[in-house]
Amino acid sequence: MRSAVIVFPGSNCDRDLAEALRLVTGARPATVWHRESALPDRLDLVAIPGGFSYGDYLRSGAMAAQSPVMRAVAEAAERGIMVLGICNGFQVLTEARLLPGALMRNAGIRFVCRDVALKVENSQSAFTARYDAGEEIIVPVAHHDGNYQADEATLDRLEGEGRVAFRYAGEVNGSARNIAGILNEAGNVLGMMPHPERMVEPAHGGTDGRRLFEGLLETVGPPA
Amino acid sequence: MKVRVHVTLKNGVLDPQGKAIHHALEGLGFAGVNDVRAGKLIELDLADGTKEAEVEEMCRKLLANTVIENYRIEGAESAA
Repeated sequence: MRSAVIVFPGSNCDRDLAEALRLVTGARPATVWHRESALPDRLDLVAIPGGFSYGDYLRSGAMAAQSPVMRAVAEAAERGIMVLGICNGFQVLTEARLLPGALMRNAGIRFVCRDVALKVENSQSAFTARYDAGEEIIVPVAHHDGNYQADEATLDRLEGEGRVAFRYAGEVNGSARNIAGILNEAGNVLGMMPHPERMVEPAHGGTDGRRLFEGLLETVGPPA
Repeated sequence: MKVRVHVTLKNGVLDPQGKAIHHALEGLGFAGVNDVRAGKLIELDLADGTKEAEVEEMCRKLLANTVIENYRIEGAESAA
């Protein structure tokens, strides 16, 4: 599996994400700076890391969504290449309109940084293939703007089409219907607030995040 | 020319920051505050003659997230 991690000024989970991908796939991902207008050839996965891109000025992810590299990411998504946005990456994907809805300030106002229980709602996607539907996993969150909101029609549609990938098992940030991660219509773009890359080896306190990357590798296969 | 863009949360969208400000006002002893909604004011210094339609486009593309926010433009020339 050939992957690339996008780096914006203010990204701070890019190295963790690259390391998780290296650990699971055996290949070091390319890192792509926000000013690039093209992605490396023959990519299987583009990963957008957590952090505070462009200082989260205006709205979280708003500036990053307009950066040159995001046009290339949108084109890649259109071609069916897997796109994974974690935390700030999820915010960037909604701001870029590659995923519906918006991530607002946490309902409790405070930054939330702790391990949370997630329920795997859809185990059929490339991102969740190694989980069982209904399974509970433990993955950390660390965010201020993780309160997922969309209009009722959009939420119903997401649920009806099996596009809610992960749901918080308990109240975390005020998200509508406790949504923690969603898929696009084609199923090749996933945005999620929790950080699977921070749960990939026993020293992290758990390995529940690792299977997300393993599922991708299984779906995509080793590099040709 | 100076144009002001007011960005506010749509009705019905929960506003955690407005709520926190509301609580703080109550904590200071201000009675009778029914509700607080927080938004943004963006001041633009634009070339003379910039049309309102262009400012609208700025709002839609960047200044507001129309999934959750409304915008109101003040001081632009309307399209001729």
